[in-house]
Amino acid sequence: MDADIALILLQDGVVNGAVYALLALSLVLVFSVTRVILIPQGEFVAYGALTYAALDAGKVPGSIWMLGLLGVAACLAGLWSMRHHASRGAVLRLLAGTLLLPAVVIGVTLLLAGRAIGVAGEAVLTVLIVAPMAPYLYDIAFKPLAEASVLTLLIAAVGTHLALMGVGLVLFGPEGFRATAFSDAVLSIGSQTIQGQSIWVVASTATTMLALYLFFGFTLFGKALHATAVNRLGARLVGISTALSGRIAFGLAGVIGAMGGILVAPLTTVYYDSGFLIGLKGFVAAIVGGMVSYPLAALAAVLVGVVESFSTFWASAFKEVIVFTVILPVLLVRSLRSPVAEDEE
Amino acid sequence: MILAATGLHVGYGGAAVLHDVSIQVGRGQIITVIGPNGAGKTTLLNAIMGVHEGRGSLQLAGKDIGRLPVEARVRAGMSLVPEKRELFGSLPVEDNLRLGGFRFRHEPALARRRQLDEVYALFPRLRERRKQLAGTLSGGERQMLAMGRALMSRPDLLMLDEPSLGLAPLIVREIFTIIADLRARSVAILLVEQNARAALQIANYGYVLETGRVTLQGASAELAADPRVVETYLGIAKAVPAPV
Amino acid sequence: MRRGIGPILLLLWLCVPLVQAVPSFWLTLADYAGISAIIAIGIVVLTGMGGITSFGQATFMGFGAYATALLTTQAGWSPWLTLPVAMAAAGLASLVIGAVTLRLSGHYLALGTIAWSVAFFYVFGNLDVLGRNDGISGIPPLRIGSTALLDSRSYYPVVWIAVGIVFLLTRNLLDSRIGRAIRALHGGAAAASSFGVGLAGMRMLAFAYAAVLAGLAGWLYAHMQRSVSPTPFGLNQGIEYLLLAVVGGLERLPGAVLGALVLTVVNDRLQDLLPLLFGSQGNYETIVFGFLLVLVLQTAPAGLWPLIVDRFSRHAAAHPGGGEPLPNRTLPQPGALVLQAEGLRKVFGGLVAVSDLSLELHAGEIVGLIGPNGAGKSTTFDLLTSVATPTSGAVHFLGASLSHRAGPAVARLGIARSFQHVKLVGGMSVLENVALGAHLRGRAGPIRAMLRLDRVEEARLFAEAHRQLARVGLAGLEALPARSLALGQQRVVEIARALCLDPVLLLLDEPAAGLRHAEKVELAALLRTLRDQGVTVLLVEHDMDFVMNLTDRLVVMNFGAKLAEGLPAVIGHNPAVIEAYLGSVA
Repeated sequence: MDADIALILLQDGVVNGAVYALLALSLVLVFSVTRVILIPQGEFVAYGALTYAALDAGKVPGSIWMLGLLGVAACLAGLWSMRHHASRGAVLRLLAGTLLLPAVVIGVTLLLAGRAIGVAGEAVLTVLIVAPMAPYLYDIAFKPLAEASVLTLLIAAVGTHLALMGVGLVLFGPEGFRATAFSDAVLSIGSQTIQGQSIWVVASTATTMLALYLFFGFTLFGKALHATAVNRLGARLVGISTALSGRIAFGLAGVIGAMGGILVAPLTTVYYDSGFLIGLKGFVAAIVGGMVSYPLAALAAVLVGVVESFSTFWASAFKEVIVFTVILPVLLVRSLRSPVAEDEE
Repeated sequence: MILAATGLHVGYGGAAVLHDVSIQVGRGQIITVIGPNGAGKTTLLNAIMGVHEGRGSLQLAGKDIGRLPVEARVRAGMSLVPEKRELFGSLPVEDNLRLGGFRFRHEPALARRRQLDEVYALFPRLRERRKQLAGTLSGGERQMLAMGRALMSRPDLLMLDEPSLGLAPLIVREIFTIIADLRARSVAILLVEQNARAALQIANYGYVLETGRVTLQGASAELAADPRVVETYLGIAKAVPAPV
Repeated sequence: MRRGIGPILLLLWLCVPLVQAVPSFWLTLADYAGISAIIAIGIVVLTGMGGITSFGQATFMGFGAYATALLTTQAGWSPWLTLPVAMAAAGLASLVIGAVTLRLSGHYLALGTIAWSVAFFYVFGNLDVLGRNDGISGIPPLRIGSTALLDSRSYYPVVWIAVGIVFLLTRNLLDSRIGRAIRALHGGAAAASSFGVGLAGMRMLAFAYAAVLAGLAGWLYAHMQRSVSPTPFGLNQGIEYLLLAVVGGLERLPGAVLGALVLTVVNDRLQDLLPLLFGSQGNYETIVFGFLLVLVLQTAPAGLWPLIVDRFSRHAAAHPGGGEPLPNRTLPQPGALVLQAEGLRKVFGGLVAVSDLSLELHAGEIVGLIGPNGAGKSTTFDLLTSVATPTSGAVHFLGASLSHRAGPAVARLGIARSFQHVKLVGGMSVLENVALGAHLRGRAGPIRAMLRLDRVEEARLFAEAHRQLARVGLAGLEALPARSLALGQQRVVEIARALCLDPVLLLLDEPAAGLRHAEKVELAALLRTLRDQGVTVLLVEHDMDFVMNLTDRLVVMNFGAKLAEGLPAVIGHNPAVIEAYLGSVA
């Protein structure tokens, strides 16, 4: 290997790593607020990528029907949970959030699909379609389990991952898709070329990171989310609704997941089940960050990307083996350094 | 009347924990509930706060709150300092307090600041430690922070669950002095306490809860003199001066 | 389950293939269900009892399956000979994987199992010797005499006899000294450790046991299918095995079998029906499986079995007393030096929790350790029991140094303790919790337990538990699950458990908290009796009445250091103590 190849691999690794970093951030966010280890995050990525690719190809993405279905289910779950204390305002807000919103998004999509709305328009529409699914999912699957242990929530997360992956197959079929890039610009520095898409990926990651940092460090709402994570009962006792916190955290994760999908769709061919492995690599990074530290998680994500791209070069058959074995010593160091009591649940 | 709970029933997985419990708290009063462990005292407070589901009628300042979730009860003007304090351990003291005023997040910053200063005036030690993480506080400071956080929501009714639990006598006395001080500021207080003597000394009225039922009630002085209470809860004379 | 019904049901179940009217299609399903049930039984031990969540059990199944596939096709071994090898291969793999990952805690460990199970899936699929993604085919069938077990009807008895044996051995294992230790991993690990249970070893035992069962399942699978490939040993399958244990009931052995049967049938029906619904082939059943998993967690978190069978019937099989009394250790002469702490110092990141504390305890005395909250009392307890390592200073117990001794070794010396925050195993009966205290007074290991060769010893352990429970005044509550007791009673159960260790030194952390006045009087009487028998007691307590009337000597701590020491009556009038702790008379 010469320096040029190494630089290409490095660039590849950093770009992939940036996507993993986005996912790692949202995993840390969701975990710290709801204690849910969001395994289905990968599905939001796949949905985002495939929805974007469908819009890009001028087709109506199947995911709009999933959005509608989840909205109805979330509406029913919401009505059930407020059966004892329904107020007119709360019911109206619920109906607007779970029925009206998806209806509008579906309508707009049907209207605009096939017309040239540009990559930016397609990207925005994709986020609108995919992101609301996450808070709906929270209401349906995780809110009723809010008091359960982290492990129970993890098992439930694995369950939702299975279900969403199966639905992905129904919606998008077994074929893979690839979308056109955000930007065709190519930057040359010496013998190296940098793709415009790569710059987009890295810039989006950096912006998101900064926004999250400001949100949690400096706003009362950010702190309220944090407080919910630290002590659920304590948060309720000061009047912070844990359901609302959970919904916001999942909503942010949905936006980030859809964004990740849009960024990755032009880089590689995405299948209905591709999200899982992409998500797991986000996990490797999130775990290295101990599920609590944003900067560490982001740094680790870039590292995972680089390790992946170099092992693709040297031992491509075993690249997944290498990436997922790298996590083990890290996990070990983590749990040795912070021996959590066994009654942590 | 601030709080009127009538005919409360609470059950856990089939077994009843509270039967037909009725409790009233008037404005500017300290009402105490004493009783042995496992009698359902904590459950009673949790049911009033909405942490546990229960049947029966619950009115706060004349409004029915029985079906509201916890967050809405906080907005209605009640606050609970739970037995385990439930602080935000990885946040600094001041953030804990600010979050205590979450229900007033839309108010101008100045008003919220004033409320914070009031709490600091009540618990000067919290101001000294305002940058320290709540998880690193001592037992007494944790209790003060829990009370301060509850007061940040400017409650009409403050419920305290075993404020003396695990605290050294000197700190217990300090806490009880503050509780008496709060009454003077017309906060109604519902106090659950295993230190029956200390509780009856500062309360206006008391209830004795045994195996989920109110078995005795009356003005605190009467209760403190009642032979049944003396024998069961107050024990014989102390070798050590009692707090307060 | 009522005694006697189980074996009859098993016999009837084994006779099913004799009925020719039962189509072999159903028997095939039953065979698959049986194989899954064996893995699920392992998951009950590992996850339900030991609290270790694993999504990777299919990987161990793969080790067993590939082991027999290689040996039978490449080396020409007989399938029966490869059975122990397959189980050993899975067991060995679990020891290696466990050595790296079992130190992880909680969800880190669960995520770790996802990581290595994905990694091994790609290893299986990329090794030439394992036939890469095509796998290995042409595996010989099992033979009994000259009869090859080729179809599902003849294979059925092999699978279900294996299920029966595994079920029985596992039930025996869980109802034993080792089984109680495994069950204590989930919720009572710190306590178990302080009574001599080696936690790392127990976790490894549970992990290896589940892996060996998965290896057996892999062996059965390989010879039924007669070919192996990576797919059945991937993460998705691992998730499904966890799913069926959750659906059946993670904490109940029969639940594993029930879950395996139900989900195997559901899975098969779905694979027929869903493609009709969606109009093409695909893994659509994952939709329903995922949905089902969430639904069960929401509506029946304990699984289906407890819904069907009475929730606490397991405790109906009470352990009668009647065993010979256990031998007691010889206690040191009254007045002899039992424990000596010199210059103890503990610093937590700059914060001095305990500073230069020296302390002596003599046989047959009750010493109270008092002081304001945050004075370092609990840390002192941890230092004296070697739960925490002092920054400097040393503790000697009966002349032996405690430094570098872990919890179990300290317990072996005769130091027993109770905890400020009660640490009982909530789902286990009161009696079993107390018997955990006598862990070191038994010897029987897992093999003896599985074969029921430990009954005499078990009877003696339970006789001791009965005796100590009666001694603290809780006779009659033996069969109740510990979590159903009031907190004050749970503290007393902890004292009974400590007494089961036959302690030289008893350390009690706030034993009187939550007790009524009359109960405190009884507790004090019990502690006096113990003292008169030569036991040394050190207690932390906030109830001044209790402390003043009971103890022979008081040690007062403030800001991590010893403030005063002496007779209770004298301490009560010590001005420094009154100032720091009791507060001046108002």
